[in-house]
Amino acid sequence: MRSETQNLNHLKQGDCTVNLTVNGEQKILQVQPWVSLLDGLRDHLNLTGTKKGCDHGQCGACTIICDDKRILSCLTLAVMKNGSEITTVEGIAHGDDLHPIQQAFIDHDAFQCGYCTPGQLCSAIGLIKEGKAQTREEVKELMSGNLCRCGANVGIIDAIMEVKAGGGHE
Amino acid sequence: MDFNKNVGQPVSRLEGKLKVTGQAKYAAEYEADNLLHGYVVSSPITKGKIINIDITQAMAIPGVVDVLSHKNRTKLAWFDLQYTDMDAPPGTVFKPLADENILYNGQPIALVVAESYETARYASTQVIFEYEQETFQTDLESNIPNGRSAKKGFATALKPPPPPPTGDFQTAFEQAPVKVAATFQHGTEHHNPIELFATTTIYEGKGKLTIYDKTQGTINNQLYVANIFGLHYKDVRVLAPFVGGGFGSGLRPQYQLFLCVMAALHLKRNVRVVLERKQMFFFSHRPPVKQNLRFASDVEGNVTALGHSVFSETSNFEDYTEAIANWSHKLYPAPNTLFDHKVVPLDVYTPLDMRAPGGSTGMHAIECTMDELAHKLKIDPLELRLINYSEIDPSSNKPYTSKALRDCYLQAAEKFGWSNRNPEPRSTKRGNKLVGYGMATGIWDAFQFPARVEAMITKEGRMVLNNATTDIGTGTLTVMTQIAADELGLSLEEVDFNYGDSQKPFSMFQGGSSITSSTGVAIVVAAKALRKKLLKKAAKMPDSRFKNLEDTEVFFSAGNMHLKDHPNVFVSLKNIIAFNNSKPIKTTNMGKPHMLKLRKYSLATHSASFVEVEVDQDLGTVMVTRAVTAVAAGKIINPKTAASQISGSMVWGISKALHEETFMDHNLGKYMNTNLGEYHIPVHADIGQLEVIFVEEKDELINEIGTKGVGEIGLVGMPAAISNAIFNATGKRIYKLPIHFDELM
Repeated sequence: MRSETQNLNHLKQGDCTVNLTVNGEQKILQVQPWVSLLDGLRDHLNLTGTKKGCDHGQCGACTIICDDKRILSCLTLAVMKNGSEITTVEGIAHGDDLHPIQQAFIDHDAFQCGYCTPGQLCSAIGLIKEGKAQTREEVKELMSGNLCRCGANVGIIDAIMEVKAGGGHE
Repeated sequence: MDFNKNVGQPVSRLEGKLKVTGQAKYAAEYEADNLLHGYVVSSPITKGKIINIDITQAMAIPGVVDVLSHKNRTKLAWFDLQYTDMDAPPGTVFKPLADENILYNGQPIALVVAESYETARYASTQVIFEYEQETFQTDLESNIPNGRSAKKGFATALKPPPPPPTGDFQTAFEQAPVKVAATFQHGTEHHNPIELFATTTIYEGKGKLTIYDKTQGTINNQLYVANIFGLHYKDVRVLAPFVGGGFGSGLRPQYQLFLCVMAALHLKRNVRVVLERKQMFFFSHRPPVKQNLRFASDVEGNVTALGHSVFSETSNFEDYTEAIANWSHKLYPAPNTLFDHKVVPLDVYTPLDMRAPGGSTGMHAIECTMDELAHKLKIDPLELRLINYSEIDPSSNKPYTSKALRDCYLQAAEKFGWSNRNPEPRSTKRGNKLVGYGMATGIWDAFQFPARVEAMITKEGRMVLNNATTDIGTGTLTVMTQIAADELGLSLEEVDFNYGDSQKPFSMFQGGSSITSSTGVAIVVAAKALRKKLLKKAAKMPDSRFKNLEDTEVFFSAGNMHLKDHPNVFVSLKNIIAFNNSKPIKTTNMGKPHMLKLRKYSLATHSASFVEVEVDQDLGTVMVTRAVTAVAAGKIINPKTAASQISGSMVWGISKALHEETFMDHNLGKYMNTNLGEYHIPVHADIGQLEVIFVEEKDELINEIGTKGVGEIGLVGMPAAISNAIFNATGKRIYKLPIHFDELM
């Protein structure tokens, strides 16, 4: 009963303020402490490019780049990331110029329905930055947190291998 | 006179840039003023009645607007028929919140509506239900004795029961020198598109609704909403410009649509309902199936008897069936056959078509049995298929409109290196891994449904087309644009194909690999009418050289209409429209299958899959290291997007054979692994090398464009090819899918 009352109080109480730099822009989020970074981006900042597929950290659709690392925004509370620099799929391209990984995804038909794509793209950029995966098998292994139900797996890995080989522009 | 510069080209998806930049908007991503959020409460019991609902605590939470249940719901349509949809099986459609009865576990029993999603979700935990539980039956195996023939209905036309018996199966089977009998079991599977099912309903006032919905059929859901809630169908607009995967789950209206619309009408507000992943296990699914097969042949390998009986799960309110036992006799000309399909009604939700429904299940059993027969006969499995190759469809004695399956077998075998196969099981090793080769045949329907397309040329000289179909990731936008561009001699950039909107002219739901043939043909028909209208208008222009001509005497290229006999004489489409007072020249036409002509033929796509597996000797883990699938599906409009359909289906085949299954605890009547961590689908590391071949198959009978559809055929042969490769690797034949490592240790 006590915890119930606490919950009710939280719902009544004011929100927390979270300062973020999202895709180069300063953003202020006013959210309850239990709002995930994913819901914060989608519902509060209307950045719906980042996708919700499971809300449990199992599908990877919500992958974003936070302070240069790929993270699952559904397993991150927005309040944990005060002061962080975030890149979402909306911030990968430079104006009209697509990032090489975006172009490679189009060229290799690395998506069908497109719903897992933002997560795959952010994860791929994070993976290339990490510099751990060298071989195709290593790339497959370290991209395996991002599910694709359409089965575009071969195109996705082909696209990443091409950008890796070309060095990308990152 | 280059009429075919776009069709047949590997054009990249036209919506690609929107998808890689996050601009593509899905059903839950539309903004609306003062949007309310609905959270569905799912029944924790499997069967019984709700005897009380206490919403006091939930309603006391600030931000909670209402709790809708059967107690206070909006008045609904009275007749069962008003709840039906284009893909409803025979029976009584489930009606959400209709009354206190609970028919299956996870059934939606209330919708909590609040000012924020978090509030609605939290408040859902504060609604107190009291139930009266009843006993239930959810286990297929222990209810096999309750199997019965399925009721017939509208859906029976698309999924006919198995063909009647021929010859004398019992005697032929008993007396045959070589025979195989086996029982196959397939578990439940859930579609699990990565996009969560969602609906955003915009309450426009005056009985009007604009609905962004996750669906494979905008008009199907428009009519469903209008019928149930007593609205005029013109006042209900269903939009689905982007759909984050369907795989069949969007063929019928799902419960979030019903609940979201009900809340919007009840509260006269904009409402969004998004299901949780778990709640996407509380609706349709691929049913568990048990199959008994008995095949026999003479010593030369000619198949003489085909027996195939099926028991498949359905709900207690609708008779869902699939064509499972219908396939073997479409391929192999046995004189004695016996087929049977019984449904077993259980306390579950009604199953629904899931990518290659029936085909992927039935052909797994059929092609594994053929493999076993080949092994007994000591004949190469490919050779056995060729010995029993039939140019006609033996089950109907009709010729196929086209059948290039032989080319599929030969080209895929060559590419794969099938001749290197050692027929002796457990004879090839690579380090610690047992290596095996397997192959199987695929066959699938070539559906075409009626479709209407509005086509026009605008004053800018652009071609605009409208059709209600969705593009669930199949490449529909791209393919339709390619077809249309060639019809009027335009570039892809000069064509706008508008879709995903119930206000556009008719399209069936996007299922059964049908849309390219359905909407594609309608485009061709409309374009022909448009060309005639343009010619007629051009004939009236001053000093026209286009008077008194038939449309066969002109051709269209680069935005102009030319005289065939004098190609230098032309008029631009822009000038024709300018002459029409700058008003677009329009036409709306229906494309439909040529039923009378096609009644004399059998229609099917075919494929052959060849697979290499590695099985860890100690751990029994299986990896499909490489696979080649050759497909004969008529004309391929876009080899790039079509190849993705096939390789995506091959991944589904790997998943069906080795990964995915929903487990139910029959003591609880409840699915246990309702999340993507425990419901396994392949990850990148599970996918080896996949190759796709499209064999040449010219089909001038099937329809105006010669297409047969590629959405499902790539899956059909894969599960059996993998199972057969595992047998070749290990000498173990596993009759239950998915195959787990413990069965191979």
